[in-house]
Amino acid sequence: MAGYLLRRIVQAVLILLGVSFITFVLLYVLPADPVRQIAGRSATQQTVENIRAQLGLDQPMLVQYGRYLAGLVQGDMGRSYLQKTEVSSLISARLPASLLLMAGGILCELAIGLTLGVIAAIWRGRPLDQGLMVTSFVAVSAPQFVVGLLLLYVFAVQLGWFPIGGYGTAAHLVLPAVTLGIMGSGWYSRMMRSSMIEVLRQDYIRTARAKGLTRGRILFRHALPNAILPIIAMIGIDIGIFMGGMVVVESVFGWPGIGQLAWQAIQRVDIPIIMGVTMVSATAIVLGNLLADIVTPLIDPRIKMR
Amino acid sequence: MKKLLLSSALMGVMALPAMAQDYAPDPDATPGGTITVTYKDDVATLDPAIGYDWQNWSMIKSLFDGLMDYVPGTTELRPGLAESYEVSEDGTVFTFTLRSGVTFHNGREMTAEDVKYSLDRVTDPATQSPGAGFFASIAGFDAVTAGEAEGLSGVEVVDPLTLRITLSRPDATFLHVMALNFASVVPREAVEEFGADFGKNPVGTGAFSLGEWTIGQRLTFQRNEDYWRDGVPYLDGVTFEVGQEPIVALLRLQQGEVDVPGDGIPPAKFQEVMADPDQAARVVEGGQLHTGYITLNVAQAPFDQLPVREAVNMAINKERIVQIINGRAVPANQPLPPSMPGYTEGFEGFAYDPEAAKAKLAEAGMEDGFTTQLYVMNTDPNPRIAQAIQQDLKGIGVDVEIRSLAQANVIEAGGAGEAPMIWSGGMAWIADFPDPSNFYGPILGCAGTGDGGWNWSKFCNEEIDAMATEADSMMDPSDPARLEMWSQVYQNVMAEAPWVPVFNEQRYTMKSARMGGDDALYVDPVSIPVNYDYVYVTE
Repeated sequence: MAGYLLRRIVQAVLILLGVSFITFVLLYVLPADPVRQIAGRSATQQTVENIRAQLGLDQPMLVQYGRYLAGLVQGDMGRSYLQKTEVSSLISARLPASLLLMAGGILCELAIGLTLGVIAAIWRGRPLDQGLMVTSFVAVSAPQFVVGLLLLYVFAVQLGWFPIGGYGTAAHLVLPAVTLGIMGSGWYSRMMRSSMIEVLRQDYIRTARAKGLTRGRILFRHALPNAILPIIAMIGIDIGIFMGGMVVVESVFGWPGIGQLAWQAIQRVDIPIIMGVTMVSATAIVLGNLLADIVTPLIDPRIKMR
Repeated sequence: MKKLLLSSALMGVMALPAMAQDYAPDPDATPGGTITVTYKDDVATLDPAIGYDWQNWSMIKSLFDGLMDYVPGTTELRPGLAESYEVSEDGTVFTFTLRSGVTFHNGREMTAEDVKYSLDRVTDPATQSPGAGFFASIAGFDAVTAGEAEGLSGVEVVDPLTLRITLSRPDATFLHVMALNFASVVPREAVEEFGADFGKNPVGTGAFSLGEWTIGQRLTFQRNEDYWRDGVPYLDGVTFEVGQEPIVALLRLQQGEVDVPGDGIPPAKFQEVMADPDQAARVVEGGQLHTGYITLNVAQAPFDQLPVREAVNMAINKERIVQIINGRAVPANQPLPPSMPGYTEGFEGFAYDPEAAKAKLAEAGMEDGFTTQLYVMNTDPNPRIAQAIQQDLKGIGVDVEIRSLAQANVIEAGGAGEAPMIWSGGMAWIADFPDPSNFYGPILGCAGTGDGGWNWSKFCNEEIDAMATEADSMMDPSDPARLEMWSQVYQNVMAEAPWVPVFNEQRYTMKSARMGGDDALYVDPVSIPVNYDYVYVTE
């Protein structure tokens, strides 16, 4: 167990190192000069060169990368080029909102997806099942920007049930979490359906039925715990997918997360922020996967840690 | 000694509020109340030496003051922290007399030392101010930029309320420069306390002070009870909510939750809003010191030939492009916008005439047309405008390939001189101060043609440059002879046709029903979207 964990952690660190290097190189070769963004349009050549030297951007790329990495291991993500604020404080101010939204999104997609998946599996092949699967297909394909605005318009503007965007209370969380969760719920309902159908064909289910157990007991005590296993592994992967969706959802609902921060930084080539958000997101994804790998064997003894 | 006394002696004796000299306060104004303003993007910084986007520009204006200021809602200069000033005969020495009893938000009294410190700070290379270049005419600027001197030798403290600034050359725009946010007065102790985080902890002398700031969510301004201009601000506070999509901000305005959507009316909703008389009545329209243009790179074939540049100028249907943006602009025929002093009334420029354009191409031996590229920023409506330009040029046989890129990439391609044509939308020149010189130097003058410069046409005409320098050496910025000279500069530029001036954007500020104050305050040329110090609420 300890050996397995250590190996996985070393792997995670290597992945993060790779991510940091690739992102750094991409930002370096980008045909846009961050110094020009800082210096402004009335800057003299001298001013531009001064700033370039102060930020160390006149150094070779590997030296710059080395410096960045050296700072990073000491927990220093640098200062934003344009805001001058420390990247770590910008990210930590916004990270809780992102995590909350992500948790809400995962909860929503699981609640919606698993319920629909189970229902579809029980009535498989019937019109209800077919209807649900078409709906899930629509949910997967619907652009989140449109879904978000639609929910906002109907439930916040027209019905007034929820606030029109913003952050603070549980009521603020509902619409963005549902928007974020809808796409995933489509995947989960399909996954859950096939997984459930698979389990319901197993011998132990037939045995349970032969023993005369009630239908509810078979479903919830015997089938569901087994059917849900593959789903858990997926949640880890989901975190990565959510990172993309959050940029859109945060923007529609005015949710103060790191997605918005990244988007604004990309517009202005604010490299320290882009690097910082990328590293934090990559860490979240790697941790998510790691967690899924650790939790799955604990739930299912058949899977061994190696 | 030519003396320009801005505050009249009589007013001084009677100790009337300073604003009474230049701005008649609204008799209906009622003090109190808080308004909510929304923005999509975060407020990057409130450090007046750093902030340089249209969002924080007006916010910084309300937190800080400089020696000079503008009459609210206009482009007229008025004294700010300076009570009066004198200019030497040759226009190179300015002696400012400061107001006494002005205090910073931290309670300390502001003196000439603070003004000197602030000017030294903004020009110090370590500050990395995007506005440092504006102060280039102050004696000692070059030494500071090169790192050879600590502070500006041209800025001297005579006594606690007198400051003398010596210029290395006469500069007609100097008083405008002193009204820029970059010239705001900051207290040394606060800057030193917060260091690089001063931008998140601003301390100034302005009408408002910063209350709380929750990064990524909101920040609040609260009324400065000790503000040196009597009677203002009217509002108790302003709340800025960030991260709000313009479309969501509009919905919230319609629900009465927002007073001013800072990003304006979203283009997709513009016609709907204007078609509703109730909403349209709350939209204030005004001019803006903005010109949208196409740059033609004169350093590249075939735009090195004047007839080709003229042909492109004649081929663009500007009326149609204005329609694409729902009529939120007026067609342009010269670099300066109509509300800028020095604008040439009655100038015709190049009329839309595809046949004449073809003839011009034939004159250059290009009757079969040619292929070129148009760089454009990739946010709506710019790609659609680029397509209209593409179609227009197709009409005279020119094949245009559109390169739709992120803002920073277009700026890079323009600065490096790679782009044959650039549509300026999204990056267009909006004047820093209301003076005709501001549309020349960096974008049409020889100084901007270097690698990375903003003169994307790479147009450099020594004769026109000399004329511009001469105009800027005149002492009074609003001297009719000077404005006449600037008008001539831009007519000469258009004779060389390095640009296709396409349109001047209009500004549309929408407000809630309870907002009061002159319409001019809602389209203030220097405070976008609103001059927070002078607006008020009616309930």
